Amino acid sequence: MFFSFMEELRSAGISASLKEHLALLAALDADVIGQSPEEFYYLARTTLVKDEALLDRFDQVFGKVFKGIFTEYGQNPVDVPADWLKAIAEKYLSPEEMANIEKMGSWDELMETLKKRLEEQEKRHQGGNKWVGTGGTSPYGNSGYHPEGVRIGGESKHKRAVKVWDKREFQNLDHTKELGTRNIKIAMRRLRRFARDGAVEELDIEGTINGTARQGWLDIKMRPERRNAIKVLLMLDVGGSMDPFIKLCEELFSAATSEFKNLEFFYFHNCPYEGVWKDNKRRFSERTQMWDVLHKFPHDYKVVMVGDASMSPYEITHPGGSVEHFNEESGAVWMHRITSTYPATVWLNPVPEKQWGYSQSTKIIKELVNDRMYPLTLEGLDDAMRELSRKHGH
Amino acid sequence: MRFEGTDNYVATDDLKVAVNAATKLRRPLLVKGEPGTGKTVLAQEIATALGAPLIEWNIKSTTKAHQGLYEYDAVARLRDSQLGDARVHDIKNYIKKGKLWEAFTAPQLPVLLIDEIDKADIEFPNDLLQELDRMEFFVYETQETIKAVERPIVIITSNNEKELPDAFLRRCFFHYIKFPDRTTMQAIIDVHFPGIQKMLVSKAMDIFYEVRDVPGLKKKPSTSELLDWLKLLLHEDMPLDVLQSRDPTKAIPPLHGALLKNEQDIMLFERLAFMARRPNS
Repeated sequence: MFFSFMEELRSAGISASLKEHLALLAALDADVIGQSPEEFYYLARTTLVKDEALLDRFDQVFGKVFKGIFTEYGQNPVDVPADWLKAIAEKYLSPEEMANIEKMGSWDELMETLKKRLEEQEKRHQGGNKWVGTGGTSPYGNSGYHPEGVRIGGESKHKRAVKVWDKREFQNLDHTKELGTRNIKIAMRRLRRFARDGAVEELDIEGTINGTARQGWLDIKMRPERRNAIKVLLMLDVGGSMDPFIKLCEELFSAATSEFKNLEFFYFHNCPYEGVWKDNKRRFSERTQMWDVLHKFPHDYKVVMVGDASMSPYEITHPGGSVEHFNEESGAVWMHRITSTYPATVWLNPVPEKQWGYSQSTKIIKELVNDRMYPLTLEGLDDAMRELSRKHGH
Repeated sequence: MRFEGTDNYVATDDLKVAVNAATKLRRPLLVKGEPGTGKTVLAQEIATALGAPLIEWNIKSTTKAHQGLYEYDAVARLRDSQLGDARVHDIKNYIKKGKLWEAFTAPQLPVLLIDEIDKADIEFPNDLLQELDRMEFFVYETQETIKAVERPIVIITSNNEKELPDAFLRRCFFHYIKFPDRTTMQAIIDVHFPGIQKMLVSKAMDIFYEVRDVPGLKKKPSTSELLDWLKLLLHEDMPLDVLQSRDPTKAIPPLHGALLKNEQDIMLFERLAFMARRPNS
C-alpha cells in the first residue's frame, strides 16, 4: 500500500523508512483515524516527517500523489525585487529600447524583458561562466574606486562581480546535509579539548586512593566530568563568488554544528564589516553589530572564517568599498579587530591554493590573518585545526 | 480513549491525530515548536484527558540517559560498608529507580513526559533507543530485566537546540506545533479567560501580532506571553481606550514587560517610537 507515495517521498528527499511505512499501516489498521482525507494527511505527516523544515515539501508530495498536481520539489520561484529591476532598467536598456518598450506597452513589459535577461544570465552563470561586466560606473559614486561596473549578460574570466544580483542565491546553508561530512568531522576532532568543567559528579579514583592513603580513612574525592570545552565562532561568506562552493560550505557547516557544542555562526559577504547576520533571508533587516560580536564572545573563542577572498581590493582596503552598503571603516580595520580580539583565527579558502597568487584580494586577506589561510580541503582543514589548537597567548 | 483536547487546552485537528496515533500505537510522540506554544502543557493535558498519572522527566545539560533507568549509588554503599551498616549486603538498597523505570512499573498506565530532550548531550537520544523501542532494559547490578507491563504513553519535547539522530526519529511520531493563527488564538484565550471583553481581546491581539511582526526581535512573544499579558491587563483594569488610542509615537504597548523579555527588544521599540515622533520621517 502507498508504494508510489513512499517512492515520491524518498525522491523528494524525505527519508521515510520501512519502519515508518509500517507504523503508518499499523496506525491505519488500529483505526487511529476516521475516514476523512484530512485525517489521513495528518496521520501520514506525523508518521513520516520528522523535521519541520520538510513539512512544506511533504505537503507538495502529498498534493502530487493524492491529487495529481504537478510540483517541483525544493524549487521556489524567486522574484527579483522590483526596485532592483527599476535600477537596472535605467542603466542597461538603451534610451531607444526604453522608448520602444514604452511605445509598445507598459512598464510591466519592460520588467518582463529585464526578467528574461536576468534569467538568461542566470542560466549562463550556472553553465559555468562567471560574469562580470567591464566599464560602467559605480552606483555608489565613490569616485574612481570602482573601475568595474555591472553588466547583464556579460562574460568574464574573473570572479569579481562588483555588484551581486543573485540575491536569490543567498540561501541559508542547509546544515541537515550529512553526506560526506564524516571526514570533515574527523578532521575537526583535532580541535577537541577536553576540560573538567561543571558539576562534581565523577569519582576520582586516583584522588581517592591518594587521599585515603594520606588520611588513614576512606577519603572520597569527586571531580567534574571531562567535556569538550572548545568554543568556535564560524563566519561564512555567502553569495556572489561563493556560489560554486555552496555544497562544500554546507558540508562544513553541517559537520561543525554537530561536532562543537559551543558553536556560533554568522554570515558576511566578501569581507566582514560592521554588521554580520544569522539569517540570509533577513540579512538586511536583522543584522548583528560586529562590535557586539567582538564584545560578547570571549577571547578564547576560535574563529574560523570561510570565504574565497575574491573581491575588489578596495572592498578590503578602503572605507566605502563594500558592494552592498557604505562602510565607514574599511574591511581591513575590521579584519584587524577580529584577529586581535581572537588570537586563534584561521581563514579557510575553498579556492584551490594554486590560484591564490592571481588574486590581489586573496593576498591581502592572507596577510590580514597573519598567513593563516588554509585551503578548504581535508588536508587544509587538518592543518587549520592544528593551528587553532595551538596555545595562543593574548 | 481518544484525545479531543480538554477544557483548558485547545488542540488543533492535526495535533489530535498525532496524539491519538501515539497513544494507540504506544510509540513516543516528539513535539517541537516555538517556546511557549504549549509543548509541555500538552503532556499534562493528555494525562488529564486520559485520567492517567503524569511522570515528568526534565532534561538538563548534565542529564545522562542511564539516570532515567536507574542509578547505582556505589559511593553510599562504600560509605555504609565503612560504618558497618547491615543494608550493605543487599545491592538493591543502593539502586535508585529512574523515571523510565517508574513509568514501566507504574500500577496504572502513565504518561511519561521527557521534557526538552535537546538540552542533553548529543548522544542522549541514541542511548535511549532500545529502551524506548522495546520498553525494557537490563539492570546489571541485580541481573534483572525491567519490562513495561503496559507500554506507557511517551511525550518528548524539543526546542530544536540540537538535532536528534535519525534512528531516534524513526521510532517516534512527530508533531510541530505551529504558531496559532488568529482563530485558534481566540479559542485559546476563550478557554483561559472566559467572559473577557471581546473588544479588549481583539485590540490586544492586534497589538500582539503587530509586535510579533516587528523585524529584528530577539525573542518573539508567544502564546504563553500573550496569556500573561492579558492577565496583567485584566488585573490592572486597563481601560479599553488605552489600547485603542494607539498612536505610533507610543510604540511600546502598555505593560510591555509581559510581552518583551529582552532589553534589546525594548530598546528597539523605544527607537521605533522615537522615529515615529520625529516629524518628516
